[in-house]
Amino acid sequence: MSGALLEARGLRLAFGGVKAADGIDLDVLRGEFLAIIGPNGAGKTTFLNMTTGYLRPQAGTIAYEGESILGLAPRAIVRRGIGRSFQLPQLFTEHTVLENIALAIAAREGLWSPLAPLLRHRWREEAMEILGRFGLAALAEARADALNEGARKLTDIAMAVALNPRLLLMDEPTSGVAAAEKMAIVETLVRVLREAGVTAVFVEHDMDVVERFADRVAVWSQGRIAALGPPGQVLSDPAVQREVIGIERHA
Amino acid sequence: MRRGTEATLALLAAAGLLAAAWAAPWLKFVLTIALAKGIAVLGILLLLRAGQVSFGHALFLASGAYAVAFLAPAAPEALLLLPAAALLAGLLGLVVGLFVVRYRDIFFGMLNLAISMVLYSLLEKLYELTRGTDGIRVEPPRVAGFALTLETYVWAMLVLALVLAVGFGAFVRAYLGSPMGQALAGIKTRETRLEFMGVSARRVLLAAYVLSAVMGGVAGAIVGMTTRHVTPLLAYWTSSGELVFIAILGGAGGALGPFLGAAAYELVRVYAAASFADAWQAILGTVLLLVILFAPGGLWGVISGLLGRRAGRAA
Ligand SMILES: Nc1ncnc2c1ncn2[C@@H]1O[C@H](COP(=O)(O)OP(=O)(O)OP(=O)(O)O)[C@@H](O)[C@H]1O
Ligand SMILES: [Mg+2]
Repeated sequence: MSGALLEARGLRLAFGGVKAADGIDLDVLRGEFLAIIGPNGAGKTTFLNMTTGYLRPQAGTIAYEGESILGLAPRAIVRRGIGRSFQLPQLFTEHTVLENIALAIAAREGLWSPLAPLLRHRWREEAMEILGRFGLAALAEARADALNEGARKLTDIAMAVALNPRLLLMDEPTSGVAAAEKMAIVETLVRVLREAGVTAVFVEHDMDVVERFADRVAVWSQGRIAALGPPGQVLSDPAVQREVIGIERHA
Repeated sequence: MRRGTEATLALLAAAGLLAAAWAAPWLKFVLTIALAKGIAVLGILLLLRAGQVSFGHALFLASGAYAVAFLAPAAPEALLLLPAAALLAGLLGLVVGLFVVRYRDIFFGMLNLAISMVLYSLLEKLYELTRGTDGIRVEPPRVAGFALTLETYVWAMLVLALVLAVGFGAFVRAYLGSPMGQALAGIKTRETRLEFMGVSARRVLLAAYVLSAVMGGVAGAIVGMTTRHVTPLLAYWTSSGELVFIAILGGAGGALGPFLGAAAYELVRVYAAASFADAWQAILGTVLLLVILFAPGGLWGVISGLLGRRAGRAA
């Protein structure tokens, strides 16, 4: 078995004239935290969309655990163990935070018993435990549409984690999170994921977060990977600094 | 609303209904029809939970009623006709559902309408089989093996409808609180998320759709055995509209809503039709308008609001 959990080769996808993916080759290694950085519109979200079956590439292959997942529906890919959180949190807005998590647990167990209550003891316990890990326990009974951006982001990730993924793709987990609480939240998140043995890919605009938490960084630029390597090396590359980071470092 | 409170209210309502039927015998017919329609509206309620409105559910009610009309000569037993009608409507619901659950909102609503109108014209045109607009007379079947006098038969239908109403009401209540029911609500707010949880939103909706068809079929069977005359009008689009009307009137917030709505609807209809023959539709229209404007939670919303406030003060 190779060290790669996910292998993408030659992914191409254009929207009209825009090449959102223009030959993406990337291996995601078992157990690593891989950061994806790059300017707006570089195709970062498009890569996650192709990997999770939401968009189908026009060319190229994607394999997970050595098997092609090309052409599978998002729900089939999720069931194989690839979870995802969203740039814009996708919550069930009329439900409470607790119910959102419990629904994810129920979905994971495929236990669609039509008569047992969603908040039955076992699922409530597990949902509370997950919320506890994310520091969200106090918000359990809050309605999802009443949360601030940071809590919505975390709930969105907690829902993905509740599915017990082996690979978790996170789209800008810290955007919208207040600067003061950002590092604490990422620290919590990284600890939760490391404990669960989850391999993670995360799109990130904050270079301090990348420097501190990523094992490797992939730099996206106009649908291509312009650089790939350890943060210390990639972030100090003058070309990368000019193209990607320059404007964002001071933000 | 706490579970106990709702169950108590349901039992009180059932007792009140039986007492009313005892005191005013002519009410038995009206109340039986109201209970039947309430059961059909419970099915509408499931779909409403997913944000979907079917303007064609009379299709299933009519198919249940016609199942009774066709099968009654061969199997004149209410306790056989009911499950047969439920099964037939459920199968029809599965076939139609596989198609319509691919669509949402106005397309979902209109496709249901279109399919129900196809059935309507079939029932009307296939005279050899259905006797067209004349309809088919249904002889009162036996009930649990007993051939009943008409008076007892009418009571039996009311009690049967009541038992089924309580049973389906309790079922729908539990269903809405289960993962399947909560996922229905998820279709309304964030369908893509369901897919990214490994859940097929279409299958969740299909399950609800088939259940709603079964409830429509059961309702139709009761209507057929109670009115003892089935006509294509049962499938006409106004009958479907009536079910949606009752759903809004009663309120979609709980399993008691459909029955409150159906009882109010049938009683207003009977009284208004008797007293203001020309104006009863205007009266119903006004009632609906008032509900939408001032009580969007329907009659059930008003009642549970009042009870909630009392409980709040007592606490
Ligand atoms: N479904 C779509 N239809 C049409 N164009 C799209 C679609 N998805 C993405 N694009 C375009 O593809 C390009 C890459 O978009 P993408 O969302 O992947 O960028 P990104 O790197 O995630 O940017 P951001 O940092 O702003 O989130 C953009 O020009 C975008 O407008
Ligand atoms: Mg993006």
